[in-house]
Amino acid sequence: MITKTDPAAATAIPAERLRNPSKLSLLWQEVKRHKVSYLFLAPFLILFTLFTIVPVVTSVVLSFTYYNILEAPKFIGLSNYRLLFVDDDIFLKAIGITLKFAFITGPVGYAMAFILAWLISQIPQKYRFFYTLCYYTPSITSATAMSVVWLYLFAGDRKGLLNYFAAKLGIIDEPYLFLQNINSIVPVIIIVSLWMSMGVGFLAFLAGLQNVPKDLYEAGEIDGIKYRWQQLIYITVPSVKPQLLFGAVLQVVSSLTVFDVSVQLVGLPSPLYAGHTILTHLFDYAFIKFEMGYAAAIAVVLFVMMIGLNRLIFKWLGKD
Amino acid sequence: MTGLVKGKKVDWGGFFLYLFLTLFGLLMLAPLVYMVSTAFKPISELFLFPPRFFVMNPTFLNFRDLLLITGTTSVPFSRFIFNSLLISSCIVGFGIIVSAMAAYPLAKHNMPFRSAIFNMVVLAIMFSPLVVQIPQYLLISKIGLINTYWAMILPYLAAPVGMFLMTQFLRQIPDALLEAARIDGASEWKVFWVVVIPMLKPAIATFALFSFISAWNDPYPAMVYTTDQDMKSLPLAIQTLSGGYGVVARVGTLAAASLLMIVPTIIVFIVTQRLVLQTMAHSGLKE
Repeated sequence: MITKTDPAAATAIPAERLRNPSKLSLLWQEVKRHKVSYLFLAPFLILFTLFTIVPVVTSVVLSFTYYNILEAPKFIGLSNYRLLFVDDDIFLKAIGITLKFAFITGPVGYAMAFILAWLISQIPQKYRFFYTLCYYTPSITSATAMSVVWLYLFAGDRKGLLNYFAAKLGIIDEPYLFLQNINSIVPVIIIVSLWMSMGVGFLAFLAGLQNVPKDLYEAGEIDGIKYRWQQLIYITVPSVKPQLLFGAVLQVVSSLTVFDVSVQLVGLPSPLYAGHTILTHLFDYAFIKFEMGYAAAIAVVLFVMMIGLNRLIFKWLGKD
Repeated sequence: MTGLVKGKKVDWGGFFLYLFLTLFGLLMLAPLVYMVSTAFKPISELFLFPPRFFVMNPTFLNFRDLLLITGTTSVPFSRFIFNSLLISSCIVGFGIIVSAMAAYPLAKHNMPFRSAIFNMVVLAIMFSPLVVQIPQYLLISKIGLINTYWAMILPYLAAPVGMFLMTQFLRQIPDALLEAARIDGASEWKVFWVVVIPMLKPAIATFALFSFISAWNDPYPAMVYTTDQDMKSLPLAIQTLSGGYGVVARVGTLAAASLLMIVPTIIVFIVTQRLVLQTMAHSGLKE
């Protein structure tokens, strides 16, 4: 099996240039000649169109309407957006919480994943699996299943593990209500999310780091690289750039879509909406209040945020 | 890389590296260890004060209770396990076929719109499928699939991340093998099954891991697409079992159920990890 390739060669897209785009009939003949290729693609494309492309378009259309499922959608122009950004204080709060959350878990989780992957790549192959398992396993546990542990760890009475130890060490006199106090809700969600953040990106880094060609390091030694940190900055990071970009894209998506952890730990709605994120707001309006038009507008805002942030990241990391 | 001991001098950097990796690793594992320990605790130990981390007299009582209690309705817990297994295996199985079939022409054929389609898939990686759940829900309810297994399977079959990884992996496989098969007179369909699929094995394992984890852990589909108790999936059943958020009731049974939920994902990862790391080396994105 082939395990090693130049990452650049693996990702380069041989751009398909149509020799003469103005001639539609020529294009049609090309399409017909590749009928088999399209047949292979058909099941994926049909499902992808039906459940991703059409919904994106529908969301945008619905966001300009009032729609409560029972009656037909009614066009109301930009009202939903005006309501969202001008009158809906809870939504503005949710955006603030989501961004606060994303700007902490995003970079910290990303840096943690890369640093741990790099440290693991420094040790011999045979020991790597154990450590990979330690760090990766939390990310594949379900937020629902883990809630039994977190609810106990952060429980607000003296039986809560954290409160028990804090009381024993004399830090606090009274149990602290981690999951009810609006000051500690976001930090608790951040800690739990960071614990689960070594996911697909971490594996991508790990694999990328293992496949940096050895001769690059030898060449670096000849050029006078002495320390590991120099290796890291001048050789390792540039070699795994495509993986770094892939990991960054996934990190942006996951840090903007905090939902499970929040709902599991502090509920929906959370005390004084202190753990309310864009996605919980969306869920609240879509599947509890059934105001689909309004919820679609929330979805569009979130969609634009994700695509916009990822475009930015592509600009920073994507160029060679 | 360099070994632990350079020459005769002890490599303190290496020592601290292992120390840090081990301590941090144990810290990461602690919540899971606690869950395992709780799942085996008898009632007398569950509500001890001061609280104890490890179990003293392990028992299987919690697991027995889990299978006996039926929650608020008369649906046995094993039904939820069955639902989750069925849905997850369908998403993984059909997903692999659908994605592999699409990855093959995208990586190895030269048809018009190829890069356009591929770029669309990359674009889809950049947002979460959660933002399109409203239209998905409307579509599913319009075609009358509410309370069916199809509602929880169909929307998740065309997974962009898995499909992207398969295409990237297939790209670096030499064309020579495909050409050889074509010269022997094999049809594209045959080339796909006889040559491409065996070579795709690492990417298939990776796809299986990621799609199994997301399908198995996701409480969304059952929450949104079902109203019948006996169509609920495992994560949703666990939520119900806990009696809503913030309630610490039935801790033992809950921990047992949670453990049952986590064990399959870990097993799938251990089985696939070597192949997964082979595939992830080709996960790079470029402008």
